[in-house]
Amino acid sequence: MSTVIEVERLGKRYRLGHRTNARETIMEALARPFRGPADPGQLWSLRDVGFTVVEGESIGIVGANGAGKSTLLKILAGITAPTEGVARTRGRVAPLLEVGTGFHPELSGRENVFLNGAVLGLSRRDIARRFDDIVAFSGVERFLDTPVKRYSSGMYLRLAFSVAAHLEPDVLVVDEVLAVGDAEFQERCLGRMREAGRAGRTVVFVSHDLGALARLCPRSLWLDRGRLRADGQTEGVIRDYLAAGSVPETAQALPEVETGGGRGPVRLRSVEVTRGGADLGDARGAATVLLRGDALAVRIAFDVLDAVPGLDLAVYLTDGRGVRLLDQTLSDDPGRRGLRTGPHRLVWELPPMFNVGEFSVGVWAGTAHDEYLDLPAAGRFTLRGGDDDRPDRVVTTRFPLHVEPDDRLP
Amino acid sequence: MSRAEPATWRENAAGTRSAEASSRVLWQARELIGFLALRDLRVRYKQAGLGVIWVLLQPVATVVVFTLVFGRLARVGSDGLPYPLFAIAGMVTWTYFSAAVLRGSESLVSNPELVTKVAFPRLAAPAAALVPPLVDLAVSLPLVLVLALVYRVGPHWSLLAVPLWAAVTVLTAFGFAAWLAALNVRFRDVRQALGPLLQIWLFASPVAYPASLLSGWPALVYAVNPVVGVLGLGRWALLGAPWPGWPLLVSLSVATVVLASGLAYFRSAQRWFADVI
Repeated sequence: MSTVIEVERLGKRYRLGHRTNARETIMEALARPFRGPADPGQLWSLRDVGFTVVEGESIGIVGANGAGKSTLLKILAGITAPTEGVARTRGRVAPLLEVGTGFHPELSGRENVFLNGAVLGLSRRDIARRFDDIVAFSGVERFLDTPVKRYSSGMYLRLAFSVAAHLEPDVLVVDEVLAVGDAEFQERCLGRMREAGRAGRTVVFVSHDLGALARLCPRSLWLDRGRLRADGQTEGVIRDYLAAGSVPETAQALPEVETGGGRGPVRLRSVEVTRGGADLGDARGAATVLLRGDALAVRIAFDVLDAVPGLDLAVYLTDGRGVRLLDQTLSDDPGRRGLRTGPHRLVWELPPMFNVGEFSVGVWAGTAHDEYLDLPAAGRFTLRGGDDDRPDRVVTTRFPLHVEPDDRLP
Repeated sequence: MSRAEPATWRENAAGTRSAEASSRVLWQARELIGFLALRDLRVRYKQAGLGVIWVLLQPVATVVVFTLVFGRLARVGSDGLPYPLFAIAGMVTWTYFSAAVLRGSESLVSNPELVTKVAFPRLAAPAAALVPPLVDLAVSLPLVLVLALVYRVGPHWSLLAVPLWAAVTVLTAFGFAAWLAALNVRFRDVRQALGPLLQIWLFASPVAYPASLLSGWPALVYAVNPVVGVLGLGRWALLGAPWPGWPLLVSLSVATVVLASGLAYFRSAQRWFADVI
């Protein structure tokens, strides 16, 4: 394993309010002796960033908008120069900051493949050698001699990405390309990047789609206002990043008993939702961020003040739109024993199946005749991460479709 | 899958300047230059039915005007050549030069997405801008030569020097194109200023009138405008006009200085293109 990217004390400063006309520049130059060194305001887009990447490693970069992610990619790709420090890369670096850079609407698909390839650093022979693959991957064979201005945006995108996907660089630098295009296209992009990783190429990947990032990159960097705040296993980095970005409302502790107190035979002490498998007594548990794809554990502590015959307890889950997703009562389990007086702990383990969003945990207690307690939002939690661009679905569990021609009908 | 060759390290550090000679950069980027030039040519001719006619129309129209104004009314001399022939040789040269400089100056700012998203060799952009006007020139030259035959001028053995003259013309234009392309990224004033400037430059150059109106020291000073040398050399090569002599040396020197300084400025300026454009 040899190093392919070495970044040391990298910094990039941008001047704010850039002068782009001669008069202002001249005026400023004339005024400078009287004002001292003029400084219209500067912004360090990156500061003191350092890391190394070894061959074949896929590394993700997370960070809020303006955290310096794109600047870092541009420096790695050699598009812009740093203000301080150094970035060394070994081999050919292909930046994929945008698909279809250099495409010209008037030119045919074929011409654009060659032009785009040349712009991205391929020689004509390289392009000719890969031409068939590029075209096959893009699926626009029939329109190769049509000007791309007549392409649908999907075709355009597929052809453009196809060129980029066949660059075969040593280091592939990818910025949010996946933000465009439909789900199928994104899946292809990801697949292609995964292949690149398997083929021993190094991939540097910026995305707001944390789910995709986690699937693709075992390791991630977290940039926070230009500084490297974390560098480590993607899952941990994403958790810390999300935790820092959010108010600690993900702590699910219930304000003590103002709710179910006093009135009936059951008193609720706390409701919290943690990652499944986490220690019950783990104090940090409540502060952790929940991601889509985490197994969940709903933990409820309650006291039974009076062991009423037939006392039952129900827990239910409601999504942000008020749709009840699940409910479960103790009496659903035929073998259960009745509740005795005293404190209890309840755990409800849920496999990963919900989309990102806000959820409420409801608690109900009663008998067949009486209702003692019903708190639809005894606890709340948020699932974070990417929605795979399908925000409308509530349940993310995949159930494959089976289709075949039906011979029975004429 | 083995990619055996030990790839080389590339360093992107504060304050490092590309150590590569411009000529090497251009040679390595030759295919890209070709594709960029081809793109411009294709786009220009793709939907223009009359294509080549347009290329010829502009210099011809100007020459007709010049012939009436300078040839007939003002009776300007023309180095012993028929005036229309004299003027058209000058005009096709000037058309090339001004188009190359103008396109070159726009080559970066008209492709901002290339500059900010791809790390292609920047010098390829102004270099590629020199090519499409060169194709126009190649289309126009036969017209000049046919006209020369009509006027029973030449063909002269100096025609052999036409490629040399073309190279001088291209390199002279490249110097200005490199300067202006880089300046244009930071100062869009270039775009505004260049139009009127080229207008003045046309009349400050011996296109419609001969440089031989001046002689001695004034002629040498006049030749500080490198277009003077380019035009003199061109009329000599194409039509067998008198050899331009010392002023040519002055023009060539100035052109060399402009080219060398333009490439040097471009090379240092390209570091901030992506930030400023």
